[in-house]
Amino acid sequence: MTGRRALYVAGVVVVCAWTVVPIYLLALGALGGSKTVYAWPKPFLPVGFAAENFTAFLHIAGIWPAMLRSVEVALMCMAFSIALGAPAGYALARYAFRGATVYRLVILLTRAFPVGILALPLAVSYVRLGLYDTPLGVALIHTALAMPFAVLISASLFLGIPRELEEAAWVFGCSGAGAFRRIVLPLALPGIAAAAIFAFVISWNEVFAATVLTVRNKTLTAYLLSVLSESPLQTQLAGGLLLILPSVFFIFLVRRYLFAMWGIASR
Amino acid sequence: MADIRIDAVRKSFGALEALKEVSLDVREAEFVALLGPSGCGKTTLLRIVAGLETQSGGRVLIGGRDVSALPPRARGLAMVFQNYAVFPHLTVADNIGFGLQMTRAPADRIRRQVERAAALMHIEALLTRYSAQLSGGQRQRVAVARALAVEPAVLLMDEPLSNLDALLRLEMRAELKSVLAAAGTTTLYVTHDQTEAMGLADRIAVMHEGRIVQIAPPVEVYRHPRTVFVGGFVGSPPMNFLRLAVTGGAVQLGTLALPAPAGRDGAVMLGIRPEDLALVGPEDGFGFRVQVAEPLGPHILATGEAAGQMMRVAIPPDHPVRAGESLHLRPDPARITWMDPDSGRALGAS
Amino acid sequence: MSIATAAATETAAARRRGLTVAARPYLLIAPSLVFLLLLFLVPLLQTIALAFHTGAGPGFGNFAAMLDDLDFNAAVRDTFALVIVVVPLQLALALGMSMMLRHLRRGRDLVLWIWSIPLGISDLAAGLVWLAILTDKGYLNTVLFHLGAIARPQSWLTYETPFTLFLAILAAEMWRATAIVFVILVAGVQLVPREFEEAASVFGATPWQRFRRVTLPLLRPSIQTALILRTVLAFETFAVVLAIGGRNFPVLISQAFEWQNAEQNYGVAAAYAVLIMAITLAATLVFLIALRPRAGEAT
Repeated sequence: MTGRRALYVAGVVVVCAWTVVPIYLLALGALGGSKTVYAWPKPFLPVGFAAENFTAFLHIAGIWPAMLRSVEVALMCMAFSIALGAPAGYALARYAFRGATVYRLVILLTRAFPVGILALPLAVSYVRLGLYDTPLGVALIHTALAMPFAVLISASLFLGIPRELEEAAWVFGCSGAGAFRRIVLPLALPGIAAAAIFAFVISWNEVFAATVLTVRNKTLTAYLLSVLSESPLQTQLAGGLLLILPSVFFIFLVRRYLFAMWGIASR
Repeated sequence: MADIRIDAVRKSFGALEALKEVSLDVREAEFVALLGPSGCGKTTLLRIVAGLETQSGGRVLIGGRDVSALPPRARGLAMVFQNYAVFPHLTVADNIGFGLQMTRAPADRIRRQVERAAALMHIEALLTRYSAQLSGGQRQRVAVARALAVEPAVLLMDEPLSNLDALLRLEMRAELKSVLAAAGTTTLYVTHDQTEAMGLADRIAVMHEGRIVQIAPPVEVYRHPRTVFVGGFVGSPPMNFLRLAVTGGAVQLGTLALPAPAGRDGAVMLGIRPEDLALVGPEDGFGFRVQVAEPLGPHILATGEAAGQMMRVAIPPDHPVRAGESLHLRPDPARITWMDPDSGRALGAS
Repeated sequence: MSIATAAATETAAARRRGLTVAARPYLLIAPSLVFLLLLFLVPLLQTIALAFHTGAGPGFGNFAAMLDDLDFNAAVRDTFALVIVVVPLQLALALGMSMMLRHLRRGRDLVLWIWSIPLGISDLAAGLVWLAILTDKGYLNTVLFHLGAIARPQSWLTYETPFTLFLAILAAEMWRATAIVFVILVAGVQLVPREFEEAASVFGATPWQRFRRVTLPLLRPSIQTALILRTVLAFETFAVVLAIGGRNFPVLISQAFEWQNAEQNYGVAAAYAVLIMAITLAATLVFLIALRPRAGEAT
């Protein structure tokens, strides 16, 4: 291997390490038991797997319910985003209609906007509507965040399924709905699942709106934020790990669709 | 088997008139090719017959039944698409049997039809495969088998061979011709390749800018083109068109005098194909100066200049010529097509 | 019925079929539009309304209170400092990463996934990760201790060490959010046909020249998108700052949060929100104009 190539490979490895090592260190601290958390200097290798720290963390009052609430909110966000976004994506992909460009622009606009901030006035409206401090309320603003992605991912997805396939289905005996059900849906399902998972991750990770809109029924992120200053370090680390693991797992699942979310959207 | 009747069909896309009052009758078991350059409206016309587009005016009748307002599945036809449209998530067998499955035919009838169609297209070995595991040519066969399996009254084909490489195209053309002739299916076939149209069709409908400009058997379209466009489009290399002045009932082509068509004076266009010009001695023909000589195998294509105009001539391969040479040519009088230079139409045609 | 009438009826039926088809796309996008109307446009207008609504009727009272806020100047300074430093650095790093990825043959997918992992990490989690590293008994100090640079745990995150605090937040943001810019750029890089760069090298361009004069201009749309998205998100950076800096590093959005939650003053919070919205709008416009396709260029 030439020197240049070796340098290049080293660079790639360094960037990979820079990405992964901090997560590893977090896991060390979260799972290492009290020995690791308060040790000085810190050991870089697992000194003993003491899940006790982590399970104790899970038993802290409020963590488990907060986690369940995060799941609940994320699932709702997922369902709403797909229900609203996938049909719109289909329309953008299949039909050249007047206003398509405007609609696409509107969708892009919502991404170039600090949507989380809208939680502030929503807190006021929610109190009046009885949505304050409810998972549904949080899910709604999360849907506003995730739906534009769902639209754009679906649009690129359906564009990738040639119209000819639907036309062939029509010629050979399917109605419009039948062709959609038998031909388009099976082919689109993996991509829609990816969009759904992406919506889930967005909701799971969101902090600002979740914190503003909840008081007693906090999601995991809101809860962790609220106890930031008071809780001991190992609680924070364990919380961080709990936040990261599902997201990283899910991003791994949808890695093939990462480009559809951003690349096509830039058009 | 059914006939197709296209009755004064018009189609506009906004301000663009894609089809201008097109009428066409395809007889039972007849194979008609819609031939024309891209943008002439042939695919639009086919899609209107299929029901995939709605016409702006006129009707479509299949087997005497007006299908103009019916969706594709109710028209009793089958179609082979340009990119084959083989469903990626179904096996070849399920693809071929798709149309029959939609009619809720009994399972063993479906199986029999699938096997029959697969045998016709020589793809029995591929029945359990998926589209991703097939080559382009194999996918094309699946698409044709799927259309044959439903034993349609009418078969529509949209440039099915255009995505195949040259050799495969040649083989498939022959196969298609024999399979369709044996089945006796009424076929409407869209192509921009005039060799395909010539080889496959009982009649060719040449289309240009939204109209059918000539419809006739291949040989007639070739020998007696109705317009300059047809003469230039059908046949490769295209027909030569020389603009000549008529004086005293004759035209002068270089040193060669030819009798002009009866009752014409002013100017005419002489249409002659490159292979209908014979090499002769200086006294018997007109002068032609070679600029480029391309030895193509079956003949040498010489491009050059005669009487101040550019033209092409096909010279027998054992008579090598070089750029700069001068030859003398004589057109076969039986193969001359006279055209009106202003309208571009053949003289004597209505 | 004469032929003409029959033909007209057939066309009318065909046209009716055409009409229902034409309505379909609008029906499909309608739910999403209604939703955006209710949960985007309405709150947006409400924010503005709240900001200009004081106890004594419409006015600039909230904005005055915002400007009088003890932490206002610090918040503005800190927010802009963060954005102005982070975004260009991330752009450069992401560009480098995209170019590196291009030359990778084997293992490209694996590396791509690893470098995209931070996409799935919440800014709160990122803050906690770097907290673990930079805290007094954390890993950074451990490394420095082993290297002999320090004898005792050092504090990097107190308000007596504002500069290192800033660097810490910077590090956390670089770690977390570069992936966002990276993914957008990689998608854009894929669209740059290799042939352009190959042609350039045939005509004698060095790698750097190729990058600057061929690749970079062709990447402009992706860079524009990435800059807009990243900048908007950067002005929204909330949990990272709180996790690492607490109240020692005020930013505009954390101030908005304070006024909303702690002070229960929705008006001033909304004033902060309006300020943030205006800033991000201005930044977006700047990027749109500065990086727009030149006349005659294909978009």
